[in-house]
Amino acid sequence: MTTINLKEVEHKVNEAVKTINFDTPDANIIRLTEALRTESSATGQLAMQDIVENRRIASERQVPMCQDTGMVIVFADIGEEVQFLNGNLRDAITSGVQKGYQEGYLRKSIVVEPLFERKNTNNNTPVVIHFDLVPGNKLRLTIAAKGFGAENMSWVKVLAPAEGINGVKREVVRAVEEAGPNACPPVVVGVGIGGTIEKAALLAKRALMRNMGDRNQDQRYAKLEAQLLDLINATGIGPQGWGGMNTALDVRIEFFPTHIAAIPLAVNLDCHLQRHISIMF
Amino acid sequence: MPSIKRLETPLTQANLKSLRVGQRILISGFVYTARDAAHKRLTNAIDAKEKLPIPIDGQIIYYAGPSPTRPGEIIGSAGPTTATRVDVYTPKLLANGLKGMIGKGHRTPEVRMEMKKYGAVYFVTVGGAAALISQKITGVKIIAYEDLGTEAIRRLRVEDFPVLVANDLNGDDLFESGRNQYKREQ
Repeated sequence: MTTINLKEVEHKVNEAVKTINFDTPDANIIRLTEALRTESSATGQLAMQDIVENRRIASERQVPMCQDTGMVIVFADIGEEVQFLNGNLRDAITSGVQKGYQEGYLRKSIVVEPLFERKNTNNNTPVVIHFDLVPGNKLRLTIAAKGFGAENMSWVKVLAPAEGINGVKREVVRAVEEAGPNACPPVVVGVGIGGTIEKAALLAKRALMRNMGDRNQDQRYAKLEAQLLDLINATGIGPQGWGGMNTALDVRIEFFPTHIAAIPLAVNLDCHLQRHISIMF
Repeated sequence: MPSIKRLETPLTQANLKSLRVGQRILISGFVYTARDAAHKRLTNAIDAKEKLPIPIDGQIIYYAGPSPTRPGEIIGSAGPTTATRVDVYTPKLLANGLKGMIGKGHRTPEVRMEMKKYGAVYFVTVGGAAALISQKITGVKIIAYEDLGTEAIRRLRVEDFPVLVANDLNGDDLFESGRNQYKREQ
């Protein structure tokens, strides 16, 4: 057994929520700069210039890139040989998020319940945590701050097997078209295919947690990712929907075995911010 | 692209007439923040014939809910939120003289019709460029609905606040024209 101190987990989560809201990984800067360079629309260029310049200012001044500092999602992959010290994992993650959002002057955007009073919890929790057991003696936390401009435009549906690859292409492009400017393009498109409806949604979210430009290991799916990116960038929506050639920065597919009767399909959009980080304990 | 133009608030029909979709505008003066919750209260007040806590006539509403202000700073990050969510409330504000709105994303066909009818303009600024945008805000005062926290109505003093015209008085639409120009057949 390996022992992991939850005080350390809490501290690292606290640091992580600030980092993902302030700083942009190099791979993302490179991709955004490429989008700026290849954009031929004047209004699209203007949007990309502001997006790139904003990253510099946010990182330099250690302030949030966007006022919507999101709802926090954590994928906790727990090694079967791990033992926790000082409390429980859920509380450590929650406390880390609360402290990070307070100390970092990040916006608290979570309401207690969705329908009646919609009263703010004032600490940006609860956190949406997906626990999974994996072999080994490590804990991996993948932490994301998800803005809701893009989350609002995401969905799950179930296609018939006969609809196949063309059905998936049609629906993914339609999702981006229907989201239009509202999901803050250039977007990153997470696609989950297979499993059941909740599994497909989780796969799509997991896909958004991959690094910029990382392709699916299966060559057939990697090729489909590239084809979908071309189709989406041919829509003309462009940066912020102001017209142009860069509507999406990346398309990522995750798949899973499914039933003979269906193709569960989820599309989860993320804005150009792509705020997530992976920490290994 | 048409040249950059400067605008000062409050707005008049005369200075809005020459604006065209896609044009870069730098706004100076006051704008009022309001999101979903503040819109709901404003329109409830209009329905109840109560006095509104902010002037509407000739003014600009900015769809924004800033992040908390750090000590010694003017405001936190304060970029635009999606305009479409307040479209159900917008016609009542237009009928009361609202002349400008700043947000991100497109408007419903109903709101575009009402904007044309009342002579109002919708501007956009970049979603997810909040740190950059905040540098153009030089003063902040909470004016109403303080209990709404980030959704309270704030009066922002802005200097050369950068926006683009998304819907002009001709009824043209930046998102439609932009997309049509860059759409490629597959």
